[in-house]
Amino acid sequence: MVSAAEMLSVAAFLEGYHAQAFPSFGSERMGAPVVAFCRLDNKEIRLREPVMTPDALIVQDPTLLHQVDLFNGLDTRGYLLINTRRSYRDLGLGDYVKKFPPHHISTVAATEWALEYVGRPLPNVALLGAFAAMTRRVTLESVVAAVRQKFPGKLGDGNAAAAAKAYDSIRTN
Amino acid sequence: MLEQIEGSQAVAKAIALCRPEVICAYPITPQTHIVEGCAEMIRTGAIQNCEFINVESEFAALSVAIGSSAAGARTYTATASQGLLFMAEAVYNVAGLGLPIVMTIGNRAIGAPINIWNDHSDSMALRDAGWIQLHAETNQEAADLHIQAFKLAERLSAPVMVCMDGFILTHAYERIEIPDQAQVDAFLPPYQPRQILDPADPYTIGAMVGPEAFMEVRYLAHDKLLQALSVIPEIQQEFKDIFGRESGGLFHGYRMEDAETVVVTMGSVAGTVKDLVDELREDGAKVGVITLCSYRPFPLDGLRRALQGAAKVIVLEKSLALGFGGVLAADVRTALHGRDTHIHTVIAGLGGRPITRKSLARMFARVERGDLKDPHFLDLDLDIVRREIDNQRSQITAGPIAENILREIGPCGPKAV
Repeated sequence: MVSAAEMLSVAAFLEGYHAQAFPSFGSERMGAPVVAFCRLDNKEIRLREPVMTPDALIVQDPTLLHQVDLFNGLDTRGYLLINTRRSYRDLGLGDYVKKFPPHHISTVAATEWALEYVGRPLPNVALLGAFAAMTRRVTLESVVAAVRQKFPGKLGDGNAAAAAKAYDSIRTN
Repeated sequence: MLEQIEGSQAVAKAIALCRPEVICAYPITPQTHIVEGCAEMIRTGAIQNCEFINVESEFAALSVAIGSSAAGARTYTATASQGLLFMAEAVYNVAGLGLPIVMTIGNRAIGAPINIWNDHSDSMALRDAGWIQLHAETNQEAADLHIQAFKLAERLSAPVMVCMDGFILTHAYERIEIPDQAQVDAFLPPYQPRQILDPADPYTIGAMVGPEAFMEVRYLAHDKLLQALSVIPEIQQEFKDIFGRESGGLFHGYRMEDAETVVVTMGSVAGTVKDLVDELREDGAKVGVITLCSYRPFPLDGLRRALQGAAKVIVLEKSLALGFGGVLAADVRTALHGRDTHIHTVIAGLGGRPITRKSLARMFARVERGDLKDPHFLDLDLDIVRREIDNQRSQITAGPIAENILREIGPCGPKAV
């Protein structure tokens, strides 16, 4: 998740944005809930407070949905992207997602695509592909360039393919 | 070259450009990425003629640094929090010996209770050890200050800590101009040690000094830091001449023209304060900000002049002297001694508690109304505090305070940042 915010900031930087990405670690162990933030702007970003009213929220681990107050601060004019194969109703979000404009909410099977293209259950890059398609704030090309910068070589190829797959799944939806 | 890069990596690259000869460090969050970055560059050959020495503790890290610096090598290390405390004895020795070591502090709280997040307790604990302490407001400034730090340290033969907020800066990705080698070489000459341990020409460094001379030696260490008050702005100007950027100096003012209420602060929170000040200015409030870059030496006279027009001063700090109050606030009060300026102490952000515009705006409003108690603890949950005070008073076996508070608050998710 932290890498996703970092790569999103790099993608935005490549398109001329000022971008700031930073994590908030719950605790220093694998598996602990982690929140990471990314801000994009056309001018210098000086603000250092956490993002408390996001324009877009990406949920990498849907098992957190009912453990933590994830949607606190998310405006229903914003964007919501969830990594899952399940339906909104299944997730208990049937009524909640009706508040959003139709193209502002999406689910993607990012973990499965990561397993398929990268061989490991790391869904963050696929989620960035989907995010680019949904919000159109950054292009897929910039996302892929940021991913290849972080993961050179074969790992980058796989992740780039996963991002493209997720991007297409949103665009054709 | 302009890069979108993590603060720690930018600092590692800045260190590399300074052509260090010895780097010895022990990893501790949130400093780890910096020394990992340095080690990696030595491994790949991106840093030439430099040895990375693995050590078993922070005490060893700075002790090895003392040896290498005394032997004439440009020496760098980095630490944070308990790591800085663990090397405390060596911290004083470096300053006492006048060795120009540069050390990054990834500012982090001190336990117990254990806490990995940012505040300024660590560098504050060693503020009077004889090191120059510079605080970075942004990652650009963090990178730039390291380049300036070697020049400053070597010109005065005094050690420099470059303090940057843990996580908030060390782990933040933002755009940073990474200088090129030719610029840094033009700015920073090769290290010429003022004293050098050489078996071919032996002499003593670190002799015992008795009552007959200790006062004089100590006074000279104090005088050296006071000299830094003029050297720091000189180096700031020399840096600007070559790199074209304003970085470093004793302090920066923001919207200080006609400011009647001024926030004095240090480190990355200044950015948040500036955003709020812009908002307040739009509503007609005459507010400004002073961000201290040099905490030691403390620019008493400069600050006194800069705050001449201020009727109210709010000292916003991430440190708390237990049993006393604000640490930075006490320094600012000394600078303003004899004036009738209203000085408010605001303690904020301890242990990584976010400092938000919303909370700062509420605090500002109370300052303007004149009903802010001093010192003020931003976003302190007084109900919980009072209940625990009652609990501790009412039963002798009340148990550990930290764990009682955690139970009161309940399971705390990542949103409770």
